[in-house]
Amino acid sequence: MAFRSHVLVCAGTGCVSCGSFELGAAIEAEIARRDLAGEVQVVRTGCQGFCAEGPVLIVQPDGVFYCGLKKPDVPALVEEHLLKGRPVTKLMYTPPAAPAPVPTLSQIPFFAKQKLVVLRNRGLIDPERIEDYIARDGYAALAKALGEMTPEQIIQEIKLSGLRGRGGGGFPTGVKWATCRQAAVHRGVEPIVVCNADEGDPGAFMDRSIIESDPHAVIEGMIIGARAIGATQGFVYIRHEYPIARERLAKALDQAREYGLLGRGVLGTKLDFDISIVQGAGAFVCGESTALMASLEGKVGEPRAKYIHTVEYGYKNLPTNLNNVETWANVPLIINRGAAWFTSMGTGDVSDNPWNGSSGTKVFSLVGKVNNTGLIEVPMGITLREIIFDIGGGIPRGRAFKAVQTGGPSGGCLPASHLDMPVDFDSLTAAGSMMGSGGMIVMDDQTCMVDVARYFIGFLTEESCGKCIPCREGLRCSLDVLTRISEGKGEEGDVELLEEMGGVMQDACLCALGSSAPNPVISTLRYFRDEYDAHVREHRCPAGVCKALIKYEIDQAKCDGCHACVTACSTGAITGQVKYPHLLNQDLCIKCGACIEACKREAVLRA
Amino acid sequence: MPRLTIDDLKKMRDQSAGAIALRAGTARAKVTVHMGTCGIAAGAREVMAALLAAIEEQGVTDVMVTTSGCAGLCSREPMATVEVRSQAPVKYVNLTPEKMAQVFQQHVLGGEVVMDAALAAGCETTG
Repeated sequence: MAFRSHVLVCAGTGCVSCGSFELGAAIEAEIARRDLAGEVQVVRTGCQGFCAEGPVLIVQPDGVFYCGLKKPDVPALVEEHLLKGRPVTKLMYTPPAAPAPVPTLSQIPFFAKQKLVVLRNRGLIDPERIEDYIARDGYAALAKALGEMTPEQIIQEIKLSGLRGRGGGGFPTGVKWATCRQAAVHRGVEPIVVCNADEGDPGAFMDRSIIESDPHAVIEGMIIGARAIGATQGFVYIRHEYPIARERLAKALDQAREYGLLGRGVLGTKLDFDISIVQGAGAFVCGESTALMASLEGKVGEPRAKYIHTVEYGYKNLPTNLNNVETWANVPLIINRGAAWFTSMGTGDVSDNPWNGSSGTKVFSLVGKVNNTGLIEVPMGITLREIIFDIGGGIPRGRAFKAVQTGGPSGGCLPASHLDMPVDFDSLTAAGSMMGSGGMIVMDDQTCMVDVARYFIGFLTEESCGKCIPCREGLRCSLDVLTRISEGKGEEGDVELLEEMGGVMQDACLCALGSSAPNPVISTLRYFRDEYDAHVREHRCPAGVCKALIKYEIDQAKCDGCHACVTACSTGAITGQVKYPHLLNQDLCIKCGACIEACKREAVLRA
Repeated sequence: MPRLTIDDLKKMRDQSAGAIALRAGTARAKVTVHMGTCGIAAGAREVMAALLAAIEEQGVTDVMVTTSGCAGLCSREPMATVEVRSQAPVKYVNLTPEKMAQVFQQHVLGGEVVMDAALAAGCETTG
């Protein structure tokens, strides 16, 4: 039976945590009750990107987007829209400052400015059905690569596309493949291909979403890579913390095996290739290539010195080609549509040197102090302003933009003066940050940059494997100094000490975790040095974040004695009679800020 | 499931592409069956079923079927609007399952309006 309408319910981790499985079941039950089961299909898709408004769904072919749905909304939604064809305005999305809800995807700025390449199937296919992927030209690139192209031609196409590693480093993928193939041929051994799905940056969830919404795209990319490089064995190294992604990937691998896309004689050709899933235990350092290889082998995940790269001596000393999830997912499209199509998006001229620009698109997880948090894909070269203000919808509560943190703990913070900078590998690096795997954390004027640096250095101190001294001790000392500064105990010379330690770590650390670890400090020093000076010299936190440097007070003239702050305070620090101004006891106050959130009259002051 | 070859893969793609095309919003024609209370009472559900059956039978994959509320002419329900791409929409009245099947065959697929069931071409002015 053909369905006249499809209800595409988001089943990404964000929406699942808001109850989208229960919502989907309720819709199916209501559809059955209305006797529409033969006409309307409910499909559970991967992350649709607009996580801030979850649970979300799209009704096709009308293209109507609904958000923030709850089970009691279901009967009206099914009766009005699916039976009578009247979209339900009150369940639609209303952009900030817009007068009325807007019905369709193409009218919502969050979706309209994005360019979906890697995420082209998100929200359209059921990630657990290989037939859906095939219907959207899935595995057509593999058929082309196996039937019409030699391994050399595949590598050449990837080189010409200018595709650079999406995991953070931006190394040209085609060059890596060629080196790996050469090393294997030269030594007469079989190379290995590995997909790095050990996404550990705080606030980043691009790779998880790609696997959750389109696992076959990653698998297809890896099979094409295996054909190009000459591998028969592949691994996906995925975090233990990603259960939905891992289940969908395992299911997709089973389907691919059943259909003869993996195993002996892929698609009836002579290629033998299979992929196994290996679970990481959540160590951040295992995203680094040599540590990842050690972990794959069952050893402790520690990096080694890299005068010989893993592409020559990796897993069990075999030439090993490691690419990130998003990089692999780009491969089928480049083979299908050609390098010229890929280079038509992005910056620079990569025709004879992939280092000269950034082609294609990039997926970012847009989080922090921004209205539309979610997962986005944009062409390389788009400005930060377009990402944060057009797609992201600006800063909540009309506050001022202060900085955006890109590249995770190895990246840096960029100030408002960089908002019109194009987002590509080289511009971000030149500005003292990096592309990283694509986390983008937006900060408003209530964010303290010393505190941000302290947070990231704290994260890295925990995650440092401790094998080399510059990283282990450099991070620990940096954290001590930053903590001291944030407590108002900083001294003249502390900032210079941070800079010096950062320089040593950049030069002397064993792996990229350590050598890029000072970036959060160095970039905040570069753009927000006055804030460090205020902490050290005036013992003042301008953003009002560092607890040791602020105190809360109640403005006796403004307080109307509504008691809201008394209820909110968890330590009983605020006392007072209803309808009379309240008092705050500094000795009991833990500076959590709950009173300031609760007060409607702005009578609580932070100084 | 037997292991696929390159040719099998292409066949599979062609078979299932249509259903997905509808999700992506690409179609050559759109048929709207009016499903107000009046329409349902007059038999719009049966008309819809006949339309979907005809689509299934013919193996057509790029025609969009949707519903909408009362078209305002309750006395002549069940009604449907047929919009063939780049042509003016046509409203049909007093439909029966058989009539709907004929409209699908003759107008949606054949491009020729079924005159004895058509009310008018074009849209009402809105705004």
